[in-house]
Amino acid sequence: MKRIIWSPITYRKFSVGDILILLFIGSIIYALSSLNTFYTKPSNPLFFDLSISKLPLYSIYSLIRMIIAYFISFIFTLIYGYTAAYNKNLEKILIPLLDILQSIPVLSFLPPVFMAVLTLFPGSRLGLEITSIILIFTGQVWNMVFSFYHSLISIPKELRETSQIIGLNPWLRFWHLELPYSAIGLLWNSMMSIAGGWFFLMACEMFTITNQEFVLPGLGSYLAFASLKGDLNKIIIGLLTLIIIIILIDQLIWRPLTSWAQKFKMEFTESEDSYNSIVLLWYRRSQILNFFGQKILYPLRENINQYFVERYKRVKISVSNSQWSRIWNKVIIFIILALLIRGVIGLGTLIFNLPLNIWQRVLISAIITLLRVVVAVIIGLSWTLPIGIKIGMNPKLAKVFQPIVQILASIPATALFPILLIFLINISGGLNIASILLMLLGTQWYLLFNIIAGAISIPKDLIEVSSLMGIKGWEKWKTLILPCIFPYLVTGGITAMGGAFNASIVSEYIIYNNKVIKTIGLGALITESSSTGNNSLLAASTLTMALMVVLINRLFWKRLFKLSEEKFSQIGG
Amino acid sequence: MELLKLENINLSFKFPEGEVKVLENISFSINEGEILALLGPSGSGKSTILRIIAGLLKPQEGKVYYKGKELKGINHGVSMVFQNFALFPWLTVLENVEIGLRALGLPQELRREKALKAIDLIGLDGFENAYPKELSGGMKQRVGFARALVMEPDILLLDEPFSALDVLTAENLRNDLIELWIEKKIPTKAMILVTHSIEEAVYIADRVILLRKDPGRIIKEINIDIPHWRDKKSKEFLDLVDMIYGILTGKPVEKIAFKEKRHLFIPQAGVGAITGLIEVVNDKEGPVDIYKLGEELLMDIEDLLPIVEASEILGLAEVKEGDFYLTNAGKKFAEADVLERKELFKELAIEKVPFLKQIVRILQSKSNHKASRTFFLDLLKQHLSAQEAEKQLDVLIDWGRYAEIFEYDDNKDEIYLPEVPLAEVKNE
Repeated sequence: MKRIIWSPITYRKFSVGDILILLFIGSIIYALSSLNTFYTKPSNPLFFDLSISKLPLYSIYSLIRMIIAYFISFIFTLIYGYTAAYNKNLEKILIPLLDILQSIPVLSFLPPVFMAVLTLFPGSRLGLEITSIILIFTGQVWNMVFSFYHSLISIPKELRETSQIIGLNPWLRFWHLELPYSAIGLLWNSMMSIAGGWFFLMACEMFTITNQEFVLPGLGSYLAFASLKGDLNKIIIGLLTLIIIIILIDQLIWRPLTSWAQKFKMEFTESEDSYNSIVLLWYRRSQILNFFGQKILYPLRENINQYFVERYKRVKISVSNSQWSRIWNKVIIFIILALLIRGVIGLGTLIFNLPLNIWQRVLISAIITLLRVVVAVIIGLSWTLPIGIKIGMNPKLAKVFQPIVQILASIPATALFPILLIFLINISGGLNIASILLMLLGTQWYLLFNIIAGAISIPKDLIEVSSLMGIKGWEKWKTLILPCIFPYLVTGGITAMGGAFNASIVSEYIIYNNKVIKTIGLGALITESSSTGNNSLLAASTLTMALMVVLINRLFWKRLFKLSEEKFSQIGG
Repeated sequence: MELLKLENINLSFKFPEGEVKVLENISFSINEGEILALLGPSGSGKSTILRIIAGLLKPQEGKVYYKGKELKGINHGVSMVFQNFALFPWLTVLENVEIGLRALGLPQELRREKALKAIDLIGLDGFENAYPKELSGGMKQRVGFARALVMEPDILLLDEPFSALDVLTAENLRNDLIELWIEKKIPTKAMILVTHSIEEAVYIADRVILLRKDPGRIIKEINIDIPHWRDKKSKEFLDLVDMIYGILTGKPVEKIAFKEKRHLFIPQAGVGAITGLIEVVNDKEGPVDIYKLGEELLMDIEDLLPIVEASEILGLAEVKEGDFYLTNAGKKFAEADVLERKELFKELAIEKVPFLKQIVRILQSKSNHKASRTFFLDLLKQHLSAQEAEKQLDVLIDWGRYAEIFEYDDNKDEIYLPEVPLAEVKNE
């Protein structure tokens, strides 16, 4: 006799997940349909409605921009990472290039992007939107590329051999081997990238170029405009909105995703700690997602698979394939080289026109910014080191503090900045202190995260041995803690320092209460030259900054890293 | 019928430090209905041969023929089972088995049907929706087998498929595989097994190809005419194992050639291992079969062999026809206390290992009694490759330190004499 099994899943027609998804889709449709009203207003660029009722709409606009920028970043990541990992010739150009691109601050991309977009979409608002999206893109893409490239080149040999013998074509290989293998790295880097996106949102939604100001409706521009007007109440309200959005994104997107991505871990025994998410359960029960998955995604995937299987069968027969790919390769190399040469020539003419005294100014500014960065990193270290160790070596504390730290870390310090300024503006050298504080706020988290991770990794038996032998105080730091966390410390240091340099562009030159406030520094030079249209100065200062970051990484951090691998590797050698 | 043929395969890998020859003149063929085993120590290139057959590697010289046609690119007539399973951790058992069929473009129902059949066949039913990390090692390797078998390959390539499993699990899976084969439950036409276990090769294969290392080359082919199921305790089985062991260890066939150069370089065996072996054998009182000893200690022959050789070189033991005897010195060594042992070891080592003596002479000739590691490495490199020289020096340092012949500073990478000079060497 057949038994009828009552299943709660089929019974439930609609789950919380469905409601969340519908809310999301609905708000985007609503926002897009009312986008027109913003742009049909008189095109006085400095008009901006600061009323609170507009905030939800602004937030959705910013969110849409971030999503589009992220989507472009993702595609770019796949293409760039793939090319760098599989093309030995291009790899030699692409990876060092990535190092340099990563060290160029967001605002330095503004003039060239703006020019390019403007020639494509002259005088249109769409052009402004595209500029803003590309700016956000340049702020978040590079670390994702690095992560993907790294995953690709470290795929285990047997898995590669297996997919070859099984006969996976590149399409299947991508979905079943390459993407799953890099999923976790990509996910963590996406979280970092989006956080970075919020950090520079103000700069990306409201910018000045050749002394002309442009404002796009959005949360970042709301904050920027509020601080331009010196309206503290509005700043705080905007900031609260931002924090709510960040917490929502964390709970509704990142947490379910990390929980789901557990299955991509390269482990063969079940680990004890796992990330749970109730929201993931909601999504799993969602009727909409299930319908989408079963009725649309699955058949689509089958058809695409079939298409590729047929295609690659045919490719195997035709021999000319390799020839084409070789020509294709050469074309790509040629285009990249041409672009590089064109860029170098362009930069060269810009830079050689600069008089010597300007160069002097650039160099002095660079040294001052470097000093600020160093001070910020040292201050950051001085509090994150003891606290990070405390949290990391105590599992109970870690459980409580890690989520709190994560949310704190994702609050963009740029939004806090105007509030900081109000207190510091009247002190002499106030901006100097403020800008160090901003760098600190933006980068201390990298240090903290890495130190906690390092402290967690200290082997339990070593801790026990040291306490048995009565090693305490400085001796304990010297023999146990520092050697164990050293590699993590170096990683944290590299990221923090790069971040601090990038933060200098928003912290050394600001418009507050309708006044320009600036201090001497490379970041100030970049922001100023970008907004006044002084392209030679912009090129010179950007190049100096990129050079400085790359050099410090190469000469200082990489050496420390090597030392840490040789001396303090726990695997012994 | 001849399924696959290898003809004069030569392969070397290029490194910045130079070229290393991996395979030299490898030629053999596999017939339908045959299980072939490639047997040899690590470094004899047996897994590399498998990868050449699969088309994953292209040799610099020589050709592979599959069903009479020269092989170009991936060999679509083979499937491979890997030592460490090589499963996709993000796919379930069913998806792991199905993925190859997906690559063939089979429709979903057919895929599912074939995959479920393979899963049933290999004894995995009930685990279709489990992820690899939920399975034990034996079950994981069953997934590996199911994934290979579902493709219905002509030739099944087995790259040490049992060596990552514990003894009982491995035995179980081996027997299941033989059962599938002799009862013709799988359409596979031939199998090639790579292994370093002599017993495993003799138990499973119809023909064994013996390989030697540096560079990998074939030294002998042996037919095993015992019908399945084979009795591991039968005399003919044990005789075959002993014979193969004799050939692989180079005794007695190459005994003379070996003797002449034997003290020049010492095998990769630490003092601790040598001491342990001597103690174990001493407790047994009387000769011990090396093969059985390996089984008892749960050691692979290729790990045990260097220790045996080292004991022989030091004059602590002798090997005759697969049996291991302690010499008088060996017995004395086994029964001595720590300090006496060191003395005895020092005497023997300096007498039997010329390079140790040379190190001491060099150190004595220098005013500060010190010399850098690189100096000795360069000396060794005149006879050995860079990598071998490193290994050789590490063993020499291990021996020298234990015997207190010299001391070594790991931070400065320097070898130096202890405060009290070594009188006995000085006088020589």
